[in-house]
Amino acid sequence: MIHFKNVSKIYPPHMVALENVNLIIKSKEFVSLVGSSGAGKSTLLRMLIGEEAPSMGEIIVGDVSINSLNHKEMPYMRRKIGTVFQDYKLLPTKTAYENIAFAMEVAGKDDSEIKEDVPQVLSLVGLEDKANQFPYQLSGGERQRVAIGRALVHRPDILVADEPTGNLDPVNTWEVVNLLLKLNELGATVILATHDNSIVNNLERRVVLMEKGKVVKDDAKGKYLI
Amino acid sequence: MKEKIITALNRVTKSGLNSFWRNKWVSTATISVMVITLGLITSLFLLSVVAGSILTDLEQKVDISVYFKLSTTESEIIKVKSELEKISDVKSVEYVSRAEALAKFETEHENNPLIIKSLEELGENPLEASLNIKAKLIDNYESIASFLESTRFSGMVDTVNYRQNQKVIEKLSSILGTVRNSGLIAILALGFVAVLVTFNTIRLKIYSMREEIGVMRLVGASNWYIRGPFIIEGVLHGLVASLVTTIIFYPILVLISPKIAAFLSGIDIAAYFRNNFFQIFFLQTLVGVFLGVISSLIAMRRYLKI
Ligand SMILES: Nc1ncnc2c1ncn2[C@@H]1O[C@H](COP(=O)(O)OP(=O)(O)OP(=O)(O)O)[C@@H](O)[C@H]1O
Ligand SMILES: [Mg+2]
Repeated sequence: MIHFKNVSKIYPPHMVALENVNLIIKSKEFVSLVGSSGAGKSTLLRMLIGEEAPSMGEIIVGDVSINSLNHKEMPYMRRKIGTVFQDYKLLPTKTAYENIAFAMEVAGKDDSEIKEDVPQVLSLVGLEDKANQFPYQLSGGERQRVAIGRALVHRPDILVADEPTGNLDPVNTWEVVNLLLKLNELGATVILATHDNSIVNNLERRVVLMEKGKVVKDDAKGKYLI
Repeated sequence: MKEKIITALNRVTKSGLNSFWRNKWVSTATISVMVITLGLITSLFLLSVVAGSILTDLEQKVDISVYFKLSTTESEIIKVKSELEKISDVKSVEYVSRAEALAKFETEHENNPLIIKSLEELGENPLEASLNIKAKLIDNYESIASFLESTRFSGMVDTVNYRQNQKVIEKLSSILGTVRNSGLIAILALGFVAVLVTFNTIRLKIYSMREEIGVMRLVGASNWYIRGPFIIEGVLHGLVASLVTTIIFYPILVLISPKIAAFLSGIDIAAYFRNNFFQIFFLQTLVGVFLGVISSLIAMRRYLKI
């Protein structure tokens, strides 16, 4: 269970990105987080992985309060969460293969496991022939798919995807969405932040709508109408 | 648990080697700056060895002699000698008897028949016995000279040659002191500047990688897992820089060593370098590795806070 408790975020000096957000996401739920640009979706997700600390309030994952974790404990928490960053955040000096393997390496997975899983994930995201290319040698969509591969390769309990289809064509978009649904079926909690109303409307899952840093709508089987 | 640590070490090493090789240009830049630093530090070190040996040489050339009146007996002189040897400032005392002084005088002037002849005509030994005294420190001569000039010895002592040399000895003493102090300060200052340049080069490199470091944290890497490859890279940079420095340094040393030897007889730095090769290389490598690793670790600190 993920619980945002009265969370506010003020970026200094006085940019109020989130205002008193209360949100409970149950285990194994699939939630779409929607809202116009600047609504605070990324900020909310960044706080879930401890990239930013909330100015007020508390974020609880399972039975752990994220903001009370110290420097040593934080990595363990993050290994349970797979994140697709809006700006990908690939390691520029590592190949596609190595970027994906990195998430397993830091989690201390065996070499044999890595050798087995990484190629699988690469073909899952359709990049088996780009394994040894560096990020700068990949197209935007390909980079995005490497980022997706890295987020799911270590089978995290929670998958956080911030606009994971922003650079993909419709076919690839649906493949990624189906991948997320599949992972959800396999037991992962999925949080998908997106602008894309066609995805949300077709999913028929829970939709949380944000506006100017507040949660304004929360429907169990929602639509996203602009 | 042990296996996990070994796997992690393996991965970190591999990643460090990879990044050393993939960032060839950054590595080259870092290593070149390090080579300059290490070269400078090693030169300064050798320079201080040379200067030190010149100074000690000079210092050792200084002594004072006390000449005894012809009437003084040998046993009296030996007594003075043993008394001198008890003074803590005195390093050594050498007794030159009248006969020895004569023999030395004769060999020195054997090519001068006039002197030899007049000496023969004199029929007896005109030379005085003396004690040659070396002090531990150049500044101690004053007090030793005063001790010998005291009234106790006035009956037997003819002259103490300190007063003639006093000006020169004092001057030398002050020069030695200045050279030692300012040399040390210059070496420390130059070494510090060199170290600072290397540190800043590495800091810039780390700065250019700050986002990557942050990403590694966000993906769940622990701090030591992130630091590891940088440590390996730092070790490699230091090692290669030390090797390159030696490869450049030694031929230059062989070239200039004879020139220095011509100036200052008896100083062969190339030989000194050869004889102390392993110590010098080891220290140089240590400095390089230490610089590479510590600079990286310090520079990374702030980017690991995420
Ligand atoms: N580091 C920061 N410093 C200051 N302001 C920030 C910072 N990061 C985000 N903001 C501001 O906070 C607000 C919310 O940003 P956020 O990135 O969460 O929006 P978003 O909903 O993800 O938008 P998008 O759909 O465009 O990705 C924006 O107005 C943004 O300008
Ligand atoms: Mg965003």
